[in-house]
Amino acid sequence: MTNTSPATKADTSKLEAESRNATKAQLIEFWYYFSQNKGAVVGLVVFALLVLTAVLAPLIAPHNPDFQYRDSFLVPPFWEEGGKATFILGTDAVGRDILSRLIFGARLSLLVGVMVVTIALTGGIVIGVVAGYMRGSVDTFIMRIMDIILAFPSLLLALVLVAILGPGLINAMIAIAIVLQPHFVRLTRAAVLSERSRDYVVAAKVAGAGHLRLMFKTILPNCLAPLIVQATLSFSNAILDAAALGFLGMGAQPPTPEWGTMLAEAREFILRAWWVVTFPGLAILITVLAINLVGDGLRDALDPKLKRS
Amino acid sequence: MSLLEIRNLKVEFDTAKGPFKALDGVDYKVDAGEVLSIVGESGSGKSVAMLATMGLLPDSATITADKMEFEGLDLRTLSAKEKRKVIGRDISMIFQEPIASLNPCFTVGFQLSETLKAHTELKGKQIKDRVIELLTSVGIPDPAGRLNAFPHQMSGGQCQRVMIAMAIACSPKLLIADEPTTALDVTIQKQILDLLVKLQQDSGMGLIMITHDMGVVAETADRVIVQYKGRKMEEADVLSLFENPQNPYTKALLSALPENATGDRLPTVSDFAEAGGF
Amino acid sequence: MSDDVILKVRDVYRTYDIKGGLFKKASQLTAVKGVSLDVERGSTLAVVGESGCGKSTLARMLTMIDAQTSGSIEIDGLPIDISKTGISKEMRQKVQIVFQNPYGSLNPRQKIGHVLEEPLLLNTDMPSSERRDLALQMLQKVGLQPEHYGRYPHMFSGGQRQRIAIARAIMMKPKLLVLDEPVSALDLSVQAQILNLLADLQDEMGLTYVFISHDLSVVRYIADKVMVMYFGEVVEYGTREEVFDNPQHDYTKTLFAATPQADVESIKKRLAAKAA
Repeated sequence: MTNTSPATKADTSKLEAESRNATKAQLIEFWYYFSQNKGAVVGLVVFALLVLTAVLAPLIAPHNPDFQYRDSFLVPPFWEEGGKATFILGTDAVGRDILSRLIFGARLSLLVGVMVVTIALTGGIVIGVVAGYMRGSVDTFIMRIMDIILAFPSLLLALVLVAILGPGLINAMIAIAIVLQPHFVRLTRAAVLSERSRDYVVAAKVAGAGHLRLMFKTILPNCLAPLIVQATLSFSNAILDAAALGFLGMGAQPPTPEWGTMLAEAREFILRAWWVVTFPGLAILITVLAINLVGDGLRDALDPKLKRS
Repeated sequence: MSLLEIRNLKVEFDTAKGPFKALDGVDYKVDAGEVLSIVGESGSGKSVAMLATMGLLPDSATITADKMEFEGLDLRTLSAKEKRKVIGRDISMIFQEPIASLNPCFTVGFQLSETLKAHTELKGKQIKDRVIELLTSVGIPDPAGRLNAFPHQMSGGQCQRVMIAMAIACSPKLLIADEPTTALDVTIQKQILDLLVKLQQDSGMGLIMITHDMGVVAETADRVIVQYKGRKMEEADVLSLFENPQNPYTKALLSALPENATGDRLPTVSDFAEAGGF
Repeated sequence: MSDDVILKVRDVYRTYDIKGGLFKKASQLTAVKGVSLDVERGSTLAVVGESGCGKSTLARMLTMIDAQTSGSIEIDGLPIDISKTGISKEMRQKVQIVFQNPYGSLNPRQKIGHVLEEPLLLNTDMPSSERRDLALQMLQKVGLQPEHYGRYPHMFSGGQRQRIAIARAIMMKPKLLVLDEPVSALDLSVQAQILNLLADLQDEMGLTYVFISHDLSVVRYIADKVMVMYFGEVVEYGTREEVFDNPQHDYTKTLFAATPQADVESIKKRLAAKAA
């Protein structure tokens, strides 16, 4: 028995290589199923470009997003009559370059998505795991509260919350996160419920694992697949809701170049200058669509039920 | 003419790790009134063959065969509609998980009459009578009272009886049973096997029994096909297979049965693999 | 030898409360009714019965997953009553379990090495290098390779997974191993390998087995003593020879009669009956 020890020590690096291979094989399999879905790949590319744009915004934006060119109010895009080559997508009512504002707006939109999903996901997972694992009265209590939140129309609830917290992008994000949270709680709870009675959980219990370890180390990693999918879909939802709040004047405040706020500011010029509303609207549409496509692909790759044998 | 004749059947699945050959050129032949047992371990392709015949494999499977005939009817060239006519009426199948094979939302009586409506000309009262007759023939106590029972209100053995009733509802010429007793207790298994053999003898249909259990083979089969990793290892009538197995794999399987244990250790398939080279 | 009893169970009951619904009254179900048994060190007791006979409930009580409702369980001189005293590390080291379904009993997101190290991590203060060495040794002991250490469960066949499950169970060097239908989900040839492995481990580590099964041919092969359960009660209890050669209870006889016979004589008899 003991004489195997030296031999195994020498193999350490080999073992680690094996271990890495196993992880790599998982990733390769994931990518195979993900890439089967062409839409998802397109979505991923668009999303990657978007992230790149947001990160490099100061470098690629042709103008300062807040600078007002006094001589160029409501200049149309360059291919229209009267357009200027310096303002590719035209300018808004106070002479700011729309393209630059859209590029900087991408930063805000992605920030909103990331923050909202992080808050909602963390909270949702903790509450959901506790509810699903504890069962009984704790479960009932938590789920009734979530039911109450879900009973409100989501945007209305977000509006009320922002009204209480005060308008602003941060408060809007918190409000949206609270509104989206119950979905994560329900999803986590359902996944935990189906996993907690599985043999491997019982085996970990027999091995001596405590409640916290069982909840977060044993059960949770096996519940992540549906959560990841829900997280991507919520990401686009959050962007949409933030835009809606911005449009209603409760989100990001002017002159912040947020897409929803840009739409709101452009409202009165819809008839005269189509470009001031069209481009922010398109930006929101494309982003949300791309993220939803990625979400679909993730579902294909992660949900074993949809996997083809 | 045989009831079902398949020659050189190949089935391939597309997977993340490239194509996977589930069946590699296997022949099957069943005559009316015969019990053929296809025996093998998991991965031997024993279920795949019959699922391919029934057209129940997912799209990722590629099926090729030199010949695939049911009563002289070429199953490869039939349209989907014509195939549905044959399958369900002339060929039917029962599965391993009886409770999962029944729709939990509907009563047993309803599900049976649906099958009859789809494949026969019977109407109204005739259907009900036939359903009760079927339930009686598969040995369900109080069949008239059981008509309104839901699957979850019955035991696994009873559900399997209902599945059998459904499968024989249209007096099929061929019944395929895919591990029909694996999920059941031994005493229930005995009853179900006896029932299947009795129904087969009474009606003279062909019966294909797919199983991994040598005991089940010994209790039911006339002829046996032993499969391993998608290939046929041996085909023989049941007595000569057990008395004098030819293929090393068959020998290995038989000697791995705990009841045949002679010494302290059970021989395993790998002990034979080296000698037999399969 | 006869004095060296490692597992002593006396008159154990287990009842479950079935919650009443809107239209249903709450009721009670007794899954195990007054079971008593003794298992000697190094021997194998087989518990036989059909689904719902309480054999798995018994296994869950022996492995401290559930508490007994009444009665006493004593493992290696240590009284077990987790509803009153809870579970100590000492108790946990006495007994482990191997489940029926090797596909469900391993955490799909946990690499094999971590599966094996988890009991050590939770119950000892061993440094990680020592844990790894022990896990690697254990892999070899159950007939696997060191390079399996870093792989995920889904990369293994059913038989290999059952080896891993067995390895995990004996990591803490328990005295008693409860095997809940350990081979019934496996192919025949793999079943033989696992049974051989269990026999080897029993010789080497002096393990005591409580082997739960519905398969009489396996039981006949592996058991020293046999206990037959029917609806929560013990209907037959004795040495293998006593039970198999001279069954007393009607249920045991039915069980024997229902077991498929795979010998040539029975086949000849059946074919003759069919021809007639």
